Amino acid sequence: MKQILPISKNTWMGMMVATALVTFSCSSTEQMMDVEYTSPTVAPLTQVDSPSPDPRVGLGAGLFDAEEASWNLTLVSQTPPPKDFLGVTNSDLAFKGKYAIQGNYNGVLIWDISDPANPVLTKEYLCPASQSDVSVYGNLMFVSGEGFSGRIDCGTEGVQEAVSDVRLRGIRIFDITDIKDPKYISNVQTCRGSHTHSVLKDPNDDDNIYIYVSGSAPVRPEDELPGCSSASPDEDPNSALFRIEVIKVPLANPEMAAITSSPRIFENLEEPPTHGAAPADKAAIEEAKAHGAFIVEFGGQENVLPSRFVSQIFKTQMGIEGEPTAADSAALREKLPSIISNMFGGGGNDEGEDTRKGPTQCHDITLYPEIGLAGGACEGYGLLLDISDPVNPKRIDAVADSNFAYWHSATFSNDGKKVLFTDEWGGGGQPKCRATDPMEWGANAIFTIENGKMNFKEYYKLPAPQTTEENCVAHNGSLIPVPGREIMVQSWYQGGISIFDWTDPSNPVEIAFHDRGPVSPDQMQMGGSWSVYWYNGAIVSSEIARGLDIFKLEANPYITQNEIDAANSIKLDYLNAQGQPKFVWPKTFALSKAYVDQLERNKELDNSAIVMARQSLANAEKASPKMRKKILTKLANQVDGLVAASGNSDKVKMLAESVRGLASNS
Amino acid sequence: MNSNSLSTFRILLSSSLLALILFSAACKSSELTTQTSQKVSEKLSKAELEALYWAKIDSSKMNFTEADVKFMTDMIGHHAQALIMADLAPKNGAGAQVRTLASRIINAQKDEIATMQNWLRERKQPVPEVQIDGLKLMIHGTGMDHSNHMKMAGMLSQNQLLELSEAKGKEFDRLFLKYMIQHHQGAVTMVQTLINTDGAVQDEQAFRLSTDINVDQITEIERMKLMLSQISQESE
Repeated sequence: MKQILPISKNTWMGMMVATALVTFSCSSTEQMMDVEYTSPTVAPLTQVDSPSPDPRVGLGAGLFDAEEASWNLTLVSQTPPPKDFLGVTNSDLAFKGKYAIQGNYNGVLIWDISDPANPVLTKEYLCPASQSDVSVYGNLMFVSGEGFSGRIDCGTEGVQEAVSDVRLRGIRIFDITDIKDPKYISNVQTCRGSHTHSVLKDPNDDDNIYIYVSGSAPVRPEDELPGCSSASPDEDPNSALFRIEVIKVPLANPEMAAITSSPRIFENLEEPPTHGAAPADKAAIEEAKAHGAFIVEFGGQENVLPSRFVSQIFKTQMGIEGEPTAADSAALREKLPSIISNMFGGGGNDEGEDTRKGPTQCHDITLYPEIGLAGGACEGYGLLLDISDPVNPKRIDAVADSNFAYWHSATFSNDGKKVLFTDEWGGGGQPKCRATDPMEWGANAIFTIENGKMNFKEYYKLPAPQTTEENCVAHNGSLIPVPGREIMVQSWYQGGISIFDWTDPSNPVEIAFHDRGPVSPDQMQMGGSWSVYWYNGAIVSSEIARGLDIFKLEANPYITQNEIDAANSIKLDYLNAQGQPKFVWPKTFALSKAYVDQLERNKELDNSAIVMARQSLANAEKASPKMRKKILTKLANQVDGLVAASGNSDKVKMLAESVRGLASNS
Repeated sequence: MNSNSLSTFRILLSSSLLALILFSAACKSSELTTQTSQKVSEKLSKAELEALYWAKIDSSKMNFTEADVKFMTDMIGHHAQALIMADLAPKNGAGAQVRTLASRIINAQKDEIATMQNWLRERKQPVPEVQIDGLKLMIHGTGMDHSNHMKMAGMLSQNQLLELSEAKGKEFDRLFLKYMIQHHQGAVTMVQTLINTDGAVQDEQAFRLSTDINVDQITEIERMKLMLSQISQESE
């Protein structure tokens, strides 16, 4: 049974439909009457009225008929895979023009998504290999192969031998000049295969593109691919461990693609995997302190001393048996640090262990060429890489976090001043969003980037607990290009899709979601959203079991129609999962109005200034081009005058600049 | 069942199932460029699609070998010993970082044990049931004797377990990290052995699970090495 749960609360729905019909009198020098305009309802993110109880809890199971819950997000279409691909994992997405290209462990599906309500399957290309992550550049398509059953001839029979010359582990290259008829032109075999890959277009090189290959499976035998070695680099300088592969693809001769370098970006990584106690740990310690517990420090963190240790210490260290007095307790508190140090002093290091440190590979590398940076999610580390020389990426910073099991992927803010890393704890096949799983595990971690250093701010994890039948952990997503904010849409496998604002890196807030019940009611069956991306106004999700989902974001007090329209003014020619384009917003009325909405939402301008700006924009939109220019120029000057009075002078400057840009376009 | 008869059984069963569900995966030519004439599938109803989905999921469960079964069976016992070790952390005064690590190991390896048991159950193979009594590990349901799983790579001897159970505080942290590195390295070796076996890891779930175990444990080994060197620096 399909059921869309009613989740909107009457409180803000009422506010939403209520329109403010404000008539503001302009100064008498204007020849034009004020026009009527509609003012959107805005509400601050500190007061998000999310549906309660959370409708994602307790959804009924089903493959194509699971119960669903959504909030501020509408499922526009749900399209099952064709039969040769059904029952086989759908993986990542890439986009080119009007097409969404969906990887599947059996090959590639190419969908025409020009009508989001009716995606049309343009091409199914049977060519098995996991994970079949896809990317595009120009007329080329690249597909990752990592599993042991992928064949260079695209056969479906697998590869039985442990060493075989028909096995494909690496990158397949296709010519998609005619996207209805992709031509398999070449492949580049790599030692670890390609779990994922990133396509880099160097702004200074129009002749070649570069592919960074991330492989997380074991190194293949040298007999299968000469030169592959899984020995430590100390023993074998050509070890396939502790490095990434860079493939150079000459655009004029893509069949000549080959590995050009294998940068060892992990050398001498020694960042210890520490992290401050989670808020829940801190609360527990504070509560224990309030109840008179003894607190000891280990490894720079406070811990509650277990009560049986307390009585033991009283007895053995202070000769006190039975119930200690208040004076005994005070004495113990004073002596505790030295007692602990004596008791638990610990020994020295062990016999000659392997001293090499750092990850052996990356899972994902997100490239942001316009700012010359990449975010590498590499086993136990998040790396910041300088990619100004594409063949020789250089590490400029690294972070580790004791709450992070397996660094999976990175997303930068548009200005490159923040980065969000995901932790794919359990690899994506495990149910890591149960109520009992800590909110810091299998989550996102948000960092600011200051002078090339990453500083941890906060975690974000899907707030709705899921069942043991639902694989769930942080996974792939993208920014929604709302100007002036960081808003991300993200897959959580069977946890569904979560859209959240992380403009304030210390306070990420969910503002929309969609979720289904499990695929199967009584067993863990892989499913859910593998990845979801905003692409030219559509929110497109690759559902592992169910196919292709397309969503539309609905205006609400936390994201207005103006902000959505401004996001939709960004038009991309193509999009790759691990490539981040820099958004430059065209100067539209939606852009200026979006900034006004944000200034009102955050109470960063007083009401009269907001009303003035809205009225002027409304008047300008209706005015003749000549009058429009005049109104807008005047408004820009007025907004300039508001900079000093605002709590967010940067945003006010952005508004002034956008209005001035509109004026000069008029 | 030896691996030959198992493969034959597998091929027979999967081909009959696939025929039943009109699966059209004909043998592909070995040319790179002959993959161009596939046509878009005809429309099926949701009910037909769902029936086809479950039939294909069922048939995909027949694509395994004895090596895959042995890996799952062994790894359940291997993971179970990690649970015994990690359970000691809160009792033996482990530091905050080791306790965090230990509770994540418990969470992760319990889930993976359940996944591996399920993998075996769905393939009609004997399912090892884990019973832990203090430091004692018992595996039921496979007819395998105790000494077998103790011989797996990286497994701690009963004496090493006892030594760990008696260590406290920082000494526990140090020993726990040392032994868990050894234990994890054993798991990595087991994955390596699996993938070096002809016919193994063609099953999608077996590939995913074994490579996830591989990267997770390699990552954790690195983490533990750093924690270990940090402890020894602190006590210098």
